[in-house]
Amino acid sequence: MPLINFLKPKNELEEGGRTAAPLQQDDGEPEKKCPNCHKEIPVSLLQARNLVCPCGYHFRMGARQRIAMLADRGSFQELYRTVSSENPLDFPGYQEKLEVVRRASREEEAVICGRARLGGEDCCIFAMEAQFMMGSMGSATGEKITALFEYAAKNRLPVIGCTVSGGARMQEGLLSLMQMAKTSAAVKRHSDVGLLYAAVLTDPTTGGVTASFAMEADVILAEPGATIGFAGARVIEQTTRKSLPKGFQRAEFVLDHGFVDAIVERNSQKEYLAKLLKLHKGGWNHESDAV
Amino acid sequence: MSQTPYERVRLARDSRRPTGLDYIRNVFEDFLELHGDRRFGDDPAIVGGIASLNGNPVTVIAMEKGHTARERSARNFGAPGPEGYRKALRLMKQAEKFGRPIVCFVDTSGANCGIGAEERGQGQAIAENLMEMTTLCVPIISVLIGEGGSGGALALAVADRVWMLKNAVYSVISPEGCASILWKDAKKADVAAKSLRLTAEDAKALGVVEGILSEHELGKEKFYRRLGRLLEHELGRLLVDPDLIGKRYERFRRIGRRELMS
Repeated sequence: MPLINFLKPKNELEEGGRTAAPLQQDDGEPEKKCPNCHKEIPVSLLQARNLVCPCGYHFRMGARQRIAMLADRGSFQELYRTVSSENPLDFPGYQEKLEVVRRASREEEAVICGRARLGGEDCCIFAMEAQFMMGSMGSATGEKITALFEYAAKNRLPVIGCTVSGGARMQEGLLSLMQMAKTSAAVKRHSDVGLLYAAVLTDPTTGGVTASFAMEADVILAEPGATIGFAGARVIEQTTRKSLPKGFQRAEFVLDHGFVDAIVERNSQKEYLAKLLKLHKGGWNHESDAV
Repeated sequence: MSQTPYERVRLARDSRRPTGLDYIRNVFEDFLELHGDRRFGDDPAIVGGIASLNGNPVTVIAMEKGHTARERSARNFGAPGPEGYRKALRLMKQAEKFGRPIVCFVDTSGANCGIGAEERGQGQAIAENLMEMTTLCVPIISVLIGEGGSGGALALAVADRVWMLKNAVYSVISPEGCASILWKDAKKADVAAKSLRLTAEDAKALGVVEGILSEHELGKEKFYRRLGRLLEHELGRLLVDPDLIGKRYERFRRIGRRELMS
């Protein structure tokens, strides 16, 4: 079955660009309709709540906004910004597609990497970008993530990674597939020197990204309601001709089956990750006088 | 090249081609099959065990599609589930403990696509194999004998050497799937097959495989004997390589790098 998955219809927030775009703009404040509670929510309120509706629905969030939410103010230094793919297989239509996507997303690739501080702790961080070909993993995506884990291993830093991906990028064929092995090798090297890697799986995390670095973290968190899986739900339905169980491949379902550590609401993620980083900083204090 | 890429795909899928078990039975001796993942079950789409290669112990793991309709159904059409990948990893760790090299035969249209497979962590099982195989301290050679379908194939192909039979294919997605997603037309599979660069020659040019094996006398005794000698020779060389794991890392590290702009 393909690693490139069938994706849920885009949520409306994505259509206007990287941040929440108003659906309607009459005289008053722009509002967004929540697909869960069906209420009109003022966009300013959504922005203030990191794109989480008061009902709990998590709208998709762009990579830069996500990093801004997690990193301590002014601490993020981007790495590998210029690494990008140029249609290595001369795949028909790919070059044009890349140009359109780059213009629309104002990004060079489907992942943004760098180092930052989170709750005062130094770390490396990456966030994938749904606006860039649904976060599909091409050679440049794999290269950036691999380089980040190598950088983190060398500088003895933990890695925080936020995933969103439809899977491998088929326009890069085998070169894309091999990024699964390449990133996994780098994650393993980072892990083998005793460093922490925590992943936050966001909607959707599927295909070749699930089957590589998303599932290789020491601690795997998920956003509420996120689709997390390997094969696309529609493909499974068509192949098996069975109806899918309720909540299939939702974060809550994946938690029930034991494949993520916790579901953490977006506005609590920074606090959670800061605690996690602190708990992995140094060991026991054996010189303590406590009895 | 005599056939188009899509004709190669058809050849690779031909049910008359030798399957994993044919290789196990004809290349090796004294095969002892070892079942089960020690977690949940035993996956019939992956066969594994210990065998002798011209007198040397090896761990052999093969995807098995079966030839007849009944066999193919019993083997889940060679589409491994999480139990298959976990069994394979168990046997690879066992090989590492006893210092014997590993030979994998890859032949799948892709990992099993089903409700149970998702519930039991298909993605996690593949991810774990990819990660663990990068640092196994015994040599691994993977031979693609038919279809190399995406991550489901790669989960047995993070190896020191990857060889492909002349008419095997290796791809990130099936040409039909690619055509239906990109052009909403599965009938354009021939265009997709060409664009995906999935033949053995393509894979070699992209630096993804080291060797292409001739299909001269495919399935005959001579063919298997020749393959056995090649495996023995190469595994022998890899066994004395002091930087096996470092080179395996570099093997994958460089892929796709030269294609990048910076």
